[in-house]
Amino acid sequence: MKKIVKFLMIVAVCLLMGAILVGCGGEKKAQRELKVYNWGDYIDPVVLADFEKETGIHVVYDTFATNEDMYVKVKSGGSDYDVVIPSDYMIKRMINEGLLEKIDFSNVPNYKNVDAKFKNLAFDSQNEYSVPYMWGTVGIVYNKKMVTDPVDSWNILWNKKYEKQILMLDSPRDSIGITLKLLGHSLNTSDPEQLEQAKNKLIEQKPLVLAYVVDEVKDKMIAGEAAMAVVWSGDAMFIKDKNPDIEYAIPKEGTNLWFDSIVIPKGAKHKTEAEEFINYLARPEVSQKNAEYIGYATPLPEAKANLEESVQTDLAAYPADDILKNTEVFDDLAKNIAAYDRVWTEIKAAR
Amino acid sequence: MNLFKKIYAGSVYLFLYAPIVVLIVFSFNDSKSRGSWDGFTLRWYVELFHNSEILNALYYTVSIAVLASLLATIIGTVAALAIYYHMKPFQKNIVMNLTYLPVLNPDIVTGISLMLLFIFVKFELGFFSLLLAHVVFNVPYVVLAVLPKLKQFNHSLYEAALDLGATPRMAFRKIVFPEILPGIITGLLFAFTLSIDDFVISFFTTGSGVNNLSILIYSMARRGIHPTINALSTLLFGAVLLLLLIVNRRITKTEMN
Repeated sequence: MKKIVKFLMIVAVCLLMGAILVGCGGEKKAQRELKVYNWGDYIDPVVLADFEKETGIHVVYDTFATNEDMYVKVKSGGSDYDVVIPSDYMIKRMINEGLLEKIDFSNVPNYKNVDAKFKNLAFDSQNEYSVPYMWGTVGIVYNKKMVTDPVDSWNILWNKKYEKQILMLDSPRDSIGITLKLLGHSLNTSDPEQLEQAKNKLIEQKPLVLAYVVDEVKDKMIAGEAAMAVVWSGDAMFIKDKNPDIEYAIPKEGTNLWFDSIVIPKGAKHKTEAEEFINYLARPEVSQKNAEYIGYATPLPEAKANLEESVQTDLAAYPADDILKNTEVFDDLAKNIAAYDRVWTEIKAAR
Repeated sequence: MNLFKKIYAGSVYLFLYAPIVVLIVFSFNDSKSRGSWDGFTLRWYVELFHNSEILNALYYTVSIAVLASLLATIIGTVAALAIYYHMKPFQKNIVMNLTYLPVLNPDIVTGISLMLLFIFVKFELGFFSLLLAHVVFNVPYVVLAVLPKLKQFNHSLYEAALDLGATPRMAFRKIVFPEILPGIITGLLFAFTLSIDDFVISFFTTGSGVNNLSILIYSMARRGIHPTINALSTLLFGAVLLLLLIVNRRITKTEMN
C-alpha cells in the first residue's frame, strides 16, 4: 500500500510540474494565437490544421452544445474567445446586448463570395457583425415505404392515418414555429392569441405523436421506427444518406430558415487573427471542405458548385429559391421566450 | 424463493450492465449511426488515437482527476484528523455541518458561484481554476470517508504506543495511519471518480483551451455523439475494471497475510 501511495505522489508531482510548464510555455511563446468557440464536430479538422500551417497562428479550439451554453460563457466574461459561431436569433440578442465586435470587412475581402441572398438578414440587417457559416431549413423527413400521401404541407403531421408514427422535435421554437406557419402566422409572433391557437393545435396532435425527440431522430428514422419526423435539413441529409427510402420535403406554408454565422465577441484580444480566420473560412475551397465534412449547406455559391453533383441538386440541402421566399429567420424573442416555453410545457403536460 | 432471488438479482445487474454492453458492441459498428449495423470494424479505435481533440480532453480529464483527488485526499485527511482530535463538540458540530453543506448543494450552484468568484478576484479561468474547483468539491467526500474510520479506531492503541516509547509522529505513522488507510483510499477513489465524471462544475469553471471529456461529449449533442466516444468509453471501462481487479487482489492478499 505504501508503495502505491509513493507512486501516486510521484505521478502527481510530475503532472503538476507538467501543467505549470505547459502554462508558462504558452505565455512565453511569441506565436500568434486565436481562440475559437464552435459547435461540437462542426468543422473539418483538416481546415484547422491547414490554417495553422498557412498562417502560423496557433488555434485554441473549444466546442459547445447549445447557443445558451455559449451565451453563458461569453456573457459571464470568464472566457476570452476571439471567434464564435452562434445561430441567428442568438446573434441578434448578442448584438442587442453589446456583446459583439463590429467586423472590419476590409480585412475580410472573401465576404464577396457569400451569396447575396444571405446578406442583410434580419438578425444583422446592416451586415456589420456576422459572416454566414452554414445554413439550412426545417422540414419533414418521411419514409417512402410508409407514407403514401404527398408530403407538401405541415398538415400531414395531423393526419390520423399516421397515428404513433410521427416524431416531433423536442424544441419549443421549432415545433411551435412550424405550427404557427401552418396557421398562417409569423413564427416570431408575440400575439398571445396566435400562440394559444398553436398550443391547441399541438395538443390536438399529441395522440398521434410517437415521441418528442432531438438527436435520437436520426437513429429512429434510419432504423425505420417512424414514418415521418420534423428535422433540421442537416440531419435530413445524414438520414437520407443512410437510408435510401427517406425523402425530405419543405411544406408549402413556409418554414424556418436558420443560420450559424461567424462573429467576434466584444473585447476579443486577437481581432486581426480573428478576421484572418473568418476570411479563410469564406474561401470557397475551405467552405467546400467544411460542407462535405459536416453535411450542411454552404452559403458560398462557388463552394457549392464544386460539391458532388448529387448534393448540389439535392433540394433538401439547397432548396429552390421560390421555396426560400416563403421562409422566415428566427428573431430574438427577448422576454417573450418565456411565453413559448410556457406553451411548450403545457403541451408536453397535456394528456 | 431461491429462483425469485436469482431472477431479482439477475435483472438488477442486467439493468446496470446492459447499457455498457450495448455501448461496447456499438464501438465496433462500422456505421456512424446506432440505427444500423454495417459490420465489424476497429476504425473508431484507430480514429480515436488520431483525434487530437479527444486525446487532449482525455489528458485534462485524467490529470485533473489524479491531481484533484490526491490534493483533496491530503487536505481532507488532515482536516478529518483535526476535527476529530482538536475540536470541542460544539465546534465539531459547526464544522461538520459546513462539510455536509457542499455535498448537498446542487452542482450548478457550486459551479456558478465558483465561476463568479474566479471572475471577481480576476483569477484566469483555465487549468488551475478547474483544478481548484475539483479539489473544492472533492474535499468534503474525503472528510466524510475518513472520519468514521477514526471513530472506529481504538485510541488506547495510540497511547500504548506512546507508553512503549514511540514519538507521536512514529505512533501516528505506525499505528493510526495504517488503521485509517482504508478510509483514505475510499475517499481517494471516491474523489477520483467524482472528478472524472463531473460536468456541471467543470463547464462553468474551465477556460478556453481546457476541455474535459464530459464537456467535449456534451458539446457533440447537436450533431450526434461520435462513435469514437464509444471506443473511448470502452477503453475507459476496461481500464477501470482492471484497476478494480488489481485493488481487489491486493486486498485479498493482505488479508491472507
